[in-house]
Amino acid sequence: MTVNGEEVTRRIEGRLLLVHFLRDQLGLTGTHWGCDTSNCGACVVWLDDEPVKSCTVLAAMAGGHEVRTVEGLELDGELDPVQRGFMACHGLQCGFCTPGMLMTARALLDRNPSPTEQEIRRAVAGQICRCTGYASIVRSVQWAAAEQAGTRTTQGRP
Amino acid sequence: MTAADGVPTAFPDNDGKPVGHGRMLRKEDRRFIRGRGRFVDDRQLPGMLYLAILRSPLAHARITRVDTLAAEAHPKVKLVMTGADLAARNLAWMPTLSHDVQAVLATDKVRFQGQEVAFVVAEDRYSARDALELIDIDYEELPAVVDVRTALASDAPVIRTDLEGKADNLCFEWETGDAVATDAAFAAADVVVLQDMVYPRVHPAPLETCGAIADYDAIDEKLTIWSTTQAPHLHRTLYALFSGVPEHKIRVVSPDIGGGFGNKVPIYPGYLCAITASVVLGKPVKWTEDRSENLTSTAFARDYVMRGEIAATRDGRILGLRSTVLADHGAFNGMATPTKYPGGFYGVFTGSYDIEAAYCRMTAVHTNKAPGGVAYACSFRITEAVYFVERMVDRLAAELDLDPVELRRRNLIRPDQFPYRTRTGWVYDSGDYPATLAEALRIAGYDDLRREQAQRRARGELMGIGVSVFTEAVGAGPRADMDIFGLGMADGCELRIHPTGKAVVRLSVQTQGQGHETTFAQIVAEEIGIPPADIEVVHGDTDQTPFGMGTYGSRSTPVSGAAAVLVTRKVRDKARLIAAGMLEVAPTDLEWGRGAFRVAGDPAKSVAIAEIARHAYGGSLPPGVDGGLEAQVTYDPANLTFPNGAYICVVDVDPGTAVVKVRRFVAVDDCGTRINPMIVEGQVHGGLTDGVGMALMEMISFDEEGNCLGASLMDYLLPTAVEVPDWETGYTVTPSPHHPIGAKGIGESATVGSPPAVVNAVVDALKPFGVRHADMPLTPSRVWDAMSGRAAPPI
Repeated sequence: MTVNGEEVTRRIEGRLLLVHFLRDQLGLTGTHWGCDTSNCGACVVWLDDEPVKSCTVLAAMAGGHEVRTVEGLELDGELDPVQRGFMACHGLQCGFCTPGMLMTARALLDRNPSPTEQEIRRAVAGQICRCTGYASIVRSVQWAAAEQAGTRTTQGRP
Repeated sequence: MTAADGVPTAFPDNDGKPVGHGRMLRKEDRRFIRGRGRFVDDRQLPGMLYLAILRSPLAHARITRVDTLAAEAHPKVKLVMTGADLAARNLAWMPTLSHDVQAVLATDKVRFQGQEVAFVVAEDRYSARDALELIDIDYEELPAVVDVRTALASDAPVIRTDLEGKADNLCFEWETGDAVATDAAFAAADVVVLQDMVYPRVHPAPLETCGAIADYDAIDEKLTIWSTTQAPHLHRTLYALFSGVPEHKIRVVSPDIGGGFGNKVPIYPGYLCAITASVVLGKPVKWTEDRSENLTSTAFARDYVMRGEIAATRDGRILGLRSTVLADHGAFNGMATPTKYPGGFYGVFTGSYDIEAAYCRMTAVHTNKAPGGVAYACSFRITEAVYFVERMVDRLAAELDLDPVELRRRNLIRPDQFPYRTRTGWVYDSGDYPATLAEALRIAGYDDLRREQAQRRARGELMGIGVSVFTEAVGAGPRADMDIFGLGMADGCELRIHPTGKAVVRLSVQTQGQGHETTFAQIVAEEIGIPPADIEVVHGDTDQTPFGMGTYGSRSTPVSGAAAVLVTRKVRDKARLIAAGMLEVAPTDLEWGRGAFRVAGDPAKSVAIAEIARHAYGGSLPPGVDGGLEAQVTYDPANLTFPNGAYICVVDVDPGTAVVKVRRFVAVDDCGTRINPMIVEGQVHGGLTDGVGMALMEMISFDEEGNCLGASLMDYLLPTAVEVPDWETGYTVTPSPHHPIGAKGIGESATVGSPPAVVNAVVDALKPFGVRHADMPLTPSRVWDAMSGRAAPPI
């Protein structure tokens, strides 16, 4: 498979979950594991540009596909607008759900560059944050949308 | 100010101040948004092995046979241990933080479903799990004690047969207040209202489950434990007592923690299993629990069955309040609470009101459920106390047909009454409750909301408005009165300003997301004039930080924050002596401001803190002043701090489906001085979400055999972005008189204050049905039952 643009080939157990493959074998520990049951979304990565919960994807199923993780969001030393938005608007506290939230946020903005509050809430409805109460996550995504559209007017007041 | 990442770090509305208190972006975010956090399970050590725990499928059963031969024969298994193996090393039982004991691995019988029975250590995660399946255990099932109301029945099976002479399931009894005076107040009252209510068992469920890596170095005889702990120093002392490894040879590291909320205060058997395995094998051993293990075996919260009685005059003057509590503590008393407070701080149940007499009697019992009791951002049981009093006041308002805001106004403690001693002995430090309430009413547009409600009711719509006016008690605590496991609840802090003017501050508390690396840099910056970016905050490592009690009960800012202020002032006092030598004036001739000492009357003559620091290490010093620029303090708080707030919740209940929608939530908090308003608001937002979750969705329930019915996030519902509104926050500022910068804690205010606002709103919405009370969680089925006159307590 390709992970963040790099070709990766490993011999693995058939039952190995993608989240454990990324974390334990590739050392990409930004993708977190939180629940076993696909409820929390701390493990969201992209499989061919589609956000998936990597705790319910076998690593073998990702063979031949492109995987993108939070570590692949920053390109050539430049942070993605969603990464900057979460910093600017206090979109994270403990940081455990953040990588999954960032991956979903990026996917949302790729499909819908100017989402409404309700569209943002629906986009992350399959993910759990125990710290922020979601309002600042919504604002973070809105900040990123404005940033990439060149219409951001404030410095990022959360 | 702009950071390297192109994101502003300070905001234009930061009072124009370059440093110190104010809205500032978090320093720690730069690693988290890159996926470069350092959580326990992220760490991989050479040769590391993986530990998995076998748990009891039954709530109450005698262990009759254990066979581990097949598991031991698994090619990738390195170690299998049972309760008997631990007992042979005198490690089968551990102390809890409430002076009880808890089985590390069960020896005689299992006492709750999910209890630890054996562990396996293997080369990888999956093999360890495989081997658990190979362990064969025979159980002789015993009847389970599930309902707290029958736990003390004479025919109830005794759970704690491990305690000599124990013949019942009583955990403890506790009382506070004046029973006689309360009886008199009730006798003199025009109106008495009685209400039974249940605060169901809930679980904090931090997104990161608990885990540890234990690494015992047999040559140095040094044990290092990276663990998900909110109290690394406390854990180290307990590990020393438990394991026999001396305390100076133990290092506990609490790296980035994925949320705590109280769940990560206690010691869990998993930590001790990992330690034991590492000592036995001489290899690093990692244990990471899964979500089901977290929900079924680690510290739960609440689980109070409460009877309330409130007495008042016909015109709404509250005379007396009586609370009778039946508390479910589970199989072991694993509550983390100050020793003299077995009921936590429930004693503040008179809330924000000037009540003539109050009395509480609490009976705590054991059941065949997981241990715990204090967790989930409760400030040691103040969630229960605030819920109790705010529901009782609303019940009284309904009985008197008074607006609930008006009834509260008539009974709030007045600003001129502070410091205010409650009838149960607590001394509230400061507050302006009417002002906080007025601000909430203003933001909400309360009168307009009531008008809108009347119109909607006329159309058959179910709109409800709920109010909660609460007082918190945080920052435990004065060591004369408060200890955990015999350790006074003080906190140390160390500050060193280095020769180049950069500073390192070392804390005894650590963050689970609260932003200590930013807030504490700001606290020091405000006092010494060095920008927060030039102040490194070190925390969460017992080898690197002074002794202290950790982060829970909203105690970081009230206790450790005060320590950070005082240590910085101590450094500044020394800097004054050095500056006086540099400027050749008397220390008393110097004035401090904007990061420099200036000669009074000649402000052109000044030295900045960085110059003083360089001089402290290299220049000639006045007689009696030693070199360097650093200090250490331990802060023992004079009292708790008492934040307060006024919350207003607006709900709409669908008459056809009984689904509750929280339309608006207004939260006005007073936490005294606000060090970083952005972080304060973030803490409030998170707590409000917890509160809505508890009020509407969250409950850990059990069937009659003691099977946990909330053992995964498919069954234990947590709020997502679509269940909560956009929060509306406001604030008032009443500094704490005894905290050096007037700050109070904020971490748990919203979790404490919001559930009654939601429940009061739902009950208000259901007023047309004659509903006076309904127990949490107000799921559609429970609301439907209430509308249909079939309300029953949960469990």
